[in-house]
Formats: sequence, C-alpha cells, structure tokens
Amino acid sequence: MPEMTLIDAIRAGMDEELALDPNVFIVGEDVGMRGGVFRATMGLFDKYGPQRVMDSPLAEASIVGVGIGAALYGLRPICEIQFADFIHPAFNQIINEAAKMCYRSNGDWTVPMVIRAPYGGGIGGGLYHSQSLEAFFTHTPGLKVVVPSNPRDAKGLLKSAVRDPNPVLFFEPKKGYRLIKGEVPEGEYTVPIGKAAMSREGSDVSVFAYGMMHYYTLQAAEKLANEGINVEVVDLRTLYPVDRESILASVRKTGKALVVYEDNLTGGYGAEIAAIIAEQAFTDLDAPVRRLAGPDIPAVPFSHPLQDWFMLNPEKIATAIRDLANY
Amino acid sequence: MPTKVIMPQLGESVVEGTVTKWLKKEGESIAEFEPLLEVNTDKVDTEIPSPAGGTVLKLLVSEGKTVTAGTILAWLGKPGEEVPTGESTPETHIHATTPTATQEMSSTRAPTTAQPATRDLGFISPVVAKIAHEHNVDLQLVSGSGQGGRITKKDVLAFVESNPAGTSEADIPIWETPADGDLFRPTEMMFQKTTDRTGAQSTGEAPAISAMPSTGDKLIPHTSIRRSIAEHMIKSKNISAHVTTVMEVDLSKVVTHRNANKDSFSRDGVNLTYTAYFISAIVSALKAYPQVNSSWSDEGLVLHSAINIGMATSLADAGLIVPVIKAADGLSLLGLARAVNDLAQRARDRKLSPDEVKGGTFTLTNHGISGSLFATPIINQPQCGILGVGLVQKRAVVINDAIAIRPMVYISLTFDHRILDGASADWFLAKVVDALQNWAG
Repeated sequence: MPEMTLIDAIRAGMDEELALDPNVFIVGEDVGMRGGVFRATMGLFDKYGPQRVMDSPLAEASIVGVGIGAALYGLRPICEIQFADFIHPAFNQIINEAAKMCYRSNGDWTVPMVIRAPYGGGIGGGLYHSQSLEAFFTHTPGLKVVVPSNPRDAKGLLKSAVRDPNPVLFFEPKKGYRLIKGEVPEGEYTVPIGKAAMSREGSDVSVFAYGMMHYYTLQAAEKLANEGINVEVVDLRTLYPVDRESILASVRKTGKALVVYEDNLTGGYGAEIAAIIAEQAFTDLDAPVRRLAGPDIPAVPFSHPLQDWFMLNPEKIATAIRDLANY
Repeated sequence: MPTKVIMPQLGESVVEGTVTKWLKKEGESIAEFEPLLEVNTDKVDTEIPSPAGGTVLKLLVSEGKTVTAGTILAWLGKPGEEVPTGESTPETHIHATTPTATQEMSSTRAPTTAQPATRDLGFISPVVAKIAHEHNVDLQLVSGSGQGGRITKKDVLAFVESNPAGTSEADIPIWETPADGDLFRPTEMMFQKTTDRTGAQSTGEAPAISAMPSTGDKLIPHTSIRRSIAEHMIKSKNISAHVTTVMEVDLSKVVTHRNANKDSFSRDGVNLTYTAYFISAIVSALKAYPQVNSSWSDEGLVLHSAINIGMATSLADAGLIVPVIKAADGLSLLGLARAVNDLAQRARDRKLSPDEVKGGTFTLTNHGISGSLFATPIINQPQCGILGVGLVQKRAVVINDAIAIRPMVYISLTFDHRILDGASADWFLAKVVDALQNWAG
C-alpha cells in the first residue's frame, strides 16, 4: 500500500469521485486555478475543467447556498470552506436549509452535499485560522459531522460523504495535512460514516479522540506503554451520529474514560461523550469520566508561547492518562 | 475513662430521636440513673437517665436536633477529664444500665475477635461496588492500590480471582462481631450491615437491587396494561384504608331460579350467568345503603346518583379490565345478563370503547372462577367498595338443626374504612346476602 499524507488522500478521494460520477463538482474560494489555499484541489482544475472545479466569490453563505441548490437539482457538490473559522456566514444555510431539507419535505428532497472545512490550531494561525467548530454542528440532526484522523480514513470517509444522500460536514485537521502520513489501500474502498474505530487496544484506560487529538493520543499511548500503562484508544471518526456501542464497549472493558478534544472545554463535543458514558456505563466506571480540552478562552492565541499553552500535545495527554490510570 | 451517652433506640423501628431538653449543663454533676435529658421520637417522649455518675463533660447534640439512634449525645466523667475525639458513632455501644460492664466487655472482646478492624474504604467506584456485590466480596478484605489506598476495579478482580469461593468471614454471625453487635443500634441498621457484609439479598428493602437479573433469569418487558394495573393497584392501596369483610350465601334459590329460566333467556339470545344475579343483589343493597355508592373527597363524601357497576374481566395472561354496566339499577335481570354477556365478550375481543371502562361507582370481581373461596380485592378508585365472589360449592350446612347440602359461596367486601365502619359495611353486605338468599325473581 502506498504511503500518503492526509491532504494527498483527501485529494485522491475527490479525484476518484469526480472521475466516477459526472454529477460531482467542487466549489470554493481559490479551489480552481490556484488548487485551494492548502492545495487540496491541486491539479483537479486542469483535469476536470472550470465547470467541475469552480472558483467562488469570498462569500461562504453563497458557496453553501449554491451547493444546496445544485444538490436539489441532483448534483453532488463538494463545497470547500477555506478555513472552518469562515463557516459562520454559512451557518444559516447549513442549519436552516441543508440539515432540515429531508425532514421538512418528508423525504421528497435531500441535499447530497459535502462541506469540507479545515479546522484546528497549532499552525500559528491566530484567532481566525485556528478554530475547532464541531460543537456548533453536532447539535443538529439532519447533518452528519465527520472528522478523519488519518489518510486511509480521510479518503474512505470522504468518498462515503460524497455518496451520502444527505449533507455531510467534513472537518479536516489542517495541522495534520502534511504531518500525518499513513498507508492508503489501493483501489476502490470506502469507510462507513457512523462507525468509530478502536485504533489501539488496551486495558487500563479508554481514550476517546478524533482528528488531530487522536493523532496525538496515539503518540501519548505509545509513550505510556513503556511505563506499563495499557491505553485503549478509540477514534470516533464520525461525531454525528456517534457510535455509542463502540464507546460503551470500550468503557465497559477498562472502567476509565478520558475524552480529548481541542476545542474549548465547556460545552465542547467531548461533553456529549462524557454524558453518554455517565448515563449508560455508570455501573462499569472505576473512576470519574474526565475531559481534556482547550481552556475556556475566546480563541487560540497568536503568540507562540500562548498558542503552546492553549494547544494540547502528546505530553499533556499522557499526563492526563497517567493520572487517570493511577486513580 | 469518660462514659458515652448515646441516643437509645426507643422502640422497634424507631431509628432517630430529637433532643428536646438537656436537664443538666456542662460541668454540672449527676448521679447514676438521674434524668439527663428529654428525648422525643415519633412514637414516644421520654427522659433518658444518666448511665453513670460523675460530671457532665460535654454535650454534643444541641436541643431541637434530631439524630439517629446510636449517636453519641454527651460525655460524662471526672471533672476536667479529656473527652475522646474522632470516635465514629456507629461503632459505639453502651448499655444504659450497666455502663462499666459494657465498657469492659468491649475492651476485652475487641482483640479476640476474628474480624479485622474495619477501615475507612474511601470512595468505592460503581464498578467496584458491582463486582463486590456480584461475587459476595467483603471489601474490607481487599487491599487498595489506587489513589489514597482506593480499591480499584483491578484490585477487586484480583481478589475475586484468588478467593473464588467468597469469604469465610461472611459466616460469622452478626452478634459475634464487636462493631456490629450493638443491641442498641436500630434493627434497620443491623440488617443493612448484614447485607453489606455478606452481600445477601434478604432485606427486601431494595427491590430494584434484589430484582436485578442474574445468570439464567429472563426479563419480560412490561406491557402497558401490566404497567397500568400495577400503577392503579399501588395507588389504590395508598389512597384507601382497605378492610375486607366476608359473609356466606346460600344460593339455593338463585340456582333454582336460574335453572328454571336459563332456557327462556337463551331463547332471547342471553346466557344467564350468576354474575347477573350478583349485580342485581349489589344494586338493591346499594339502593338501601347509598353511602356505599360513593367516593371520598376532601370536601366531603360524594354520593353518586347513578349506580354503575364495574365487572372485573380477566384477559388471561394479558391482564384485567373492568367494563362498566351503566345505570345498572334501570336494568331487569334479563337486561343485566345481556349487558354482562356483551361487555365480557367485547372485553375479551378488546373491542371496548374507552367510555365503557369509565364511570363505575362500585365493582364486582369473580375470583371464584379460578377456584378461590374468598379474597381481599383491591378497591377500584375512586369507589368506596368492591365485592368479590368466591367459588360456588356444595357444602354441608346446618338448617333448623338438620344437616343439608346447599350451594354455598363466600362473598368478600373490601371497603374504604375512611367512608364506612365495620358495622355499616356489614349491613350492606348482609343486604347483598339477603337479596341472593331470598331471591324472589
């Protein structure tokens, strides 16, 4: 199997879907000639032309609105939001239109649209290029929310998202675009939406993470294995609808749960995972369910020392796991 | 050595008491058996005598405060003596009449017992509690490797692994262990302790726990009718003061009448059942004693103008439903029999309309169908009474000093003692007996 970076796998997934289905097209800021600000669509404009890889104005509500309209006419748009931080103008289109279409038309109309949005900090991006926004959207039935953590899943999940009859919000950990490498199967495959993956088997503590934090958690688990702490890691992969069975099965085994997420602690997505565990695995718990997340401050700071203070890393995660293992 | 004064258990199932008044102040001297304080419980008010002579060193519980039995209330001793601190109350025990003897006993007994001294286990996590419960583990015997000596899941699992048969400590009777053997402690606490130590499920106090399925058990989800029945039964028991009175009826005349008429009824398409006779008899008794055809309300007793008789109808395994014969006092025996047939059939076919199971003012239940002689039915709220009919049997009865064979039946009236007293309920029931026994057709 060839090794790929995360962004190469995402590009390969879009390339294959564009080739397979003439209804698939990409729309977003600078996705055409320029190949996207992160080069996610590089080469696709030359290969498929301006009708299939379409530059848009700097207007996110319009990118998503165009996507919804096209999807209602049977096309399969992949909308790119340049940074997740810029998705807010499109919030109304996503929540009020895309997510509700199937329900409000009693299944007569669906919006088979993918919205790709690079998220997360640690790249010196400051307040407006570092946000983690999943919690705003995982509150919305009708919208699927996916966060891949490795190239194999990124490609397989993106292909599933393109083929899904309903809107899928696809958050990509941008710090990992070129940092995270991994083997990607050759040929056609998909990864199902709605299924978590146990990425490391262990017996002492269960850690639930996704995206960049999952990547860091695996590193922390590796480090702790040398100390005799046996960490089980579950990559949630799909945040909504979440795979409760996998979460509960892991907690029932280890009795200890840590949820790791990069977003601000309060009201963050991990709170939902903690609540599921507390409600449905209470009698299997051997320790309080813990969350490790970003501090409750308005944004990831631009200053590098402060950014490091904000961001989680393998060391911080290892400390939290060690603490829970010793409880 | 100072002497403790503890809150005694002032009666069976009295678990707490309120200190109403201290009769001595700190520093005052007191003789043995001299009243020390006044205590009030939900059952008694009493003076507590001093368990020893000496000086009142410390009063620990202020007036007006309610504490559980076994709590240390005060310390007595020599003037200026130091009061022990940090002693946990449930382990204290002292006999009010022979304090010194008890103290000696407890101090000599403690070292000889097989039970290790109880330690503070700290936080017990849900999963540790569950595993300990499932395997009858005394957590006192498990060493903890977690934070602050906490017993972790791994600790208890390792213990279960190395002690597969459970612990022998569980066999030590409660009175052999110093910490638990205090006769002054409330029985509730003693039984609670037994459960904790042996893991036995014998208290019946926590059905949710004792009903927890174990291996091989099967859980049958409740149907909505089952849930509804359960809810109504418990609610009724909580609302009314249930009392049941039983009388016996000679049904000779009813049987004769039925045999003479059932063919002609059947020509009218009606199956003449005994139920129709019982309803007819109930109707005439309700007319004679209208206070039985009533409902209790806070404002006063509601006497119902209509006589609507509910008839409990078994749906076999599926439960029970009570269709109502409206204005039963307006129906002849034929009309009653027809209504009984119709409602019973449609009840079994589940074809009753919601209105047909509402508005009853009195209920009849025929438990004799399944062989029961007499029963204590539960009132169908908000009614005043329910009449149960037992199995009709030929029995030898004495009539005019001769033994005769008669078709006999017991009828049981459960009535709301808030509304009726024993005598008035019996008058009503006697009227039902009279109507059946002297059936005139």
